[in-house]
Amino acid sequence: MQPKKKTLRPIVTGSSVLGIKYKDGVILASDTLGSYGSLARFRDIRRIVPITKHTVIGGTGEFSDFQEITKILRQKIIENQELVESGKEEDELLPSEIHSYLSRVLYGRRNKFNPLWNDVVVAGFEKGKVHMGTVDLWGSYFEDDIIATGYGTYFALPLMRKAYKKDMERDKALEVLRDCLTVLFYRDCRTINRYVFAEITKEGVNITDPVEIETKWEIADWQEGKL
Amino acid sequence: MFRTQYDSDISIYSPEGRLYQIEYAMQAVAQGSTALGLKSKTHAVVVTLMRSSDELSSHQRKIFKVDGHMGIAISGLTADARVLLKFMRNETLHHKFVYGSDLPTGEVVSSLAMKSQRNTQRWGRRPYGVGLLVIGYDGDKTHLYQTSPSGNCFSYYAQAIGSRSQSARTYLEKNFKAFPELGLEELVLHGVKALKESSGKETLTKLNVGIAVVGKEQKFEILKPNKVQTYLDQILQTEGEIEIENENENEKDEAAETLELKLD
Repeated sequence: MQPKKKTLRPIVTGSSVLGIKYKDGVILASDTLGSYGSLARFRDIRRIVPITKHTVIGGTGEFSDFQEITKILRQKIIENQELVESGKEEDELLPSEIHSYLSRVLYGRRNKFNPLWNDVVVAGFEKGKVHMGTVDLWGSYFEDDIIATGYGTYFALPLMRKAYKKDMERDKALEVLRDCLTVLFYRDCRTINRYVFAEITKEGVNITDPVEIETKWEIADWQEGKL
Repeated sequence: MFRTQYDSDISIYSPEGRLYQIEYAMQAVAQGSTALGLKSKTHAVVVTLMRSSDELSSHQRKIFKVDGHMGIAISGLTADARVLLKFMRNETLHHKFVYGSDLPTGEVVSSLAMKSQRNTQRWGRRPYGVGLLVIGYDGDKTHLYQTSPSGNCFSYYAQAIGSRSQSARTYLEKNFKAFPELGLEELVLHGVKALKESSGKETLTKLNVGIAVVGKEQKFEILKPNKVQTYLDQILQTEGEIEIENENENEKDEAAETLELKLD
C-alpha cells in the first residue's frame, strides 16, 4: 500500500500580497522573499507573475504550490488557445474566468484534504474594467477593489480601506501601497525590504524590477536630546 | 457503380474515396422537415416546419434550448438529436460552473463535430442521423452553425436543411446580403418567407411553424404560437397586396391587347 502523500504544512513561504484599484487600472505589490521558517532563505523570488497579456496572479503561502498554480493556469491558457476559433489574443480566457477556474481547482484539492497551501490574488483587465479578487486554500472566492493576503489582511487592509477612494489617481494608489509595505516590513517578521509592483491597465501588464523602500529604525528614546 | 459492395459498413471506402454510410446518414437529415437559420449583426433566428404524423398527434418539436445564449433546430432522427442536445447542455453547464461565463458557441460546435466524427470511425457504431442548426450569441457576436453526421461543421450567414430545403436556400441566397443590418422583426419575417418557399402544399399555421430567436439583450426564446401567428399574418397580408398588384398589371395588359385588335 502506498504511503499517504499530501500537504501537511507549508515549508518555503511567501508573505503578503497587496492590491489596489485606481482610475486607469490596478496595482499589485509584494516583497521578493521566500522564508524557510524564520530563515530569510530565498531573497529574490517572484510572487507576482503574469498569466496572460491581461492577467497576473500573486501568491501568499507555500511557494512550491504557487509555482504549481502558475503551471496549471498557463497550461490551461494554452489548451484554451486551441479551442478559440478566432485565434485572436483578445478572445483568450478572461481574468474572471481564470479566477473562477482557479477557485474550482483549489476547492477540489481541499475536498481531497490535499490543498495547494496558498492565498492567491487574481487581477486583470477585461471589457474595459478591472477584475480583482482572491481565492484561498479552502476554495473561498471573492472580489473587491482593495485586496490584501497574509499578514497584510491585519496590518495593511485597515490602512488601505481608510485611504481608498473610487477612481483614485495612480500616484496616490502607489503611495498607499508603499506606506502599507513599509508598515508590513516593520511589523511582519517574515518580510524583507525589497518589493515588486505589478501594474495592469488596458494596455496590458507591467511588472517592475525589485526596488527598496526606505525605513527608519532609530529609537527615539536613545537619540540625543529626546530623553 | 459498385455502390452496394462498398456501402455495408462505415469502415469501408468506395473506389472513388467515399464513405457511403455517412452519405446515407446525411440522407436521413434530408428526409426531415425543413429547418432554416439566419442571422444579423444583433440577432440569430431559426424557423422550422413541424410535421405531425396524423391529425390526432401533436407536431414534432424541432427547436430546443441549450443555454440562455444558445439553442438548436434539428432535422433528421429526433432520438439522435436528443443525445446531442444532452451533450451540448452538459458542456455549456460545465463551462458555466468552472469559468463562470457563457460557453462560446464555436467551442461547443467543435466538440460536437469531434463527437460526431468518432462515430464514423468506430467499430459497431453508426453516425448520428441528425443535422443541427446551432444559433447563439456570445462575445458580442451572433453565430449560426450547421453540423452534420459526417462531423463537418461550418459557420453560415443563413442556411436551410431538411426536405425541400433548396427552395428556402435559394430565397436566403437572394436576400442574405441585407440581413446584417436588419432588426429582429424583419429578420424573422425573412425566415418565415423562406420557410414558405419550402412548405410546398402544406399551409403554414401557428401550430406547425416553430420560431426561436437569440441575440443582443435577447435570451434564447422559442416564440409562442400567438406570436408566430402575427408573423404569418404579415406574410399573408403582403401576399394579398402582391396579388392585387398582379391583378392590376393583368388588367393593363388586357387593355393593351384590345387596343391592338382595334387598330387591326
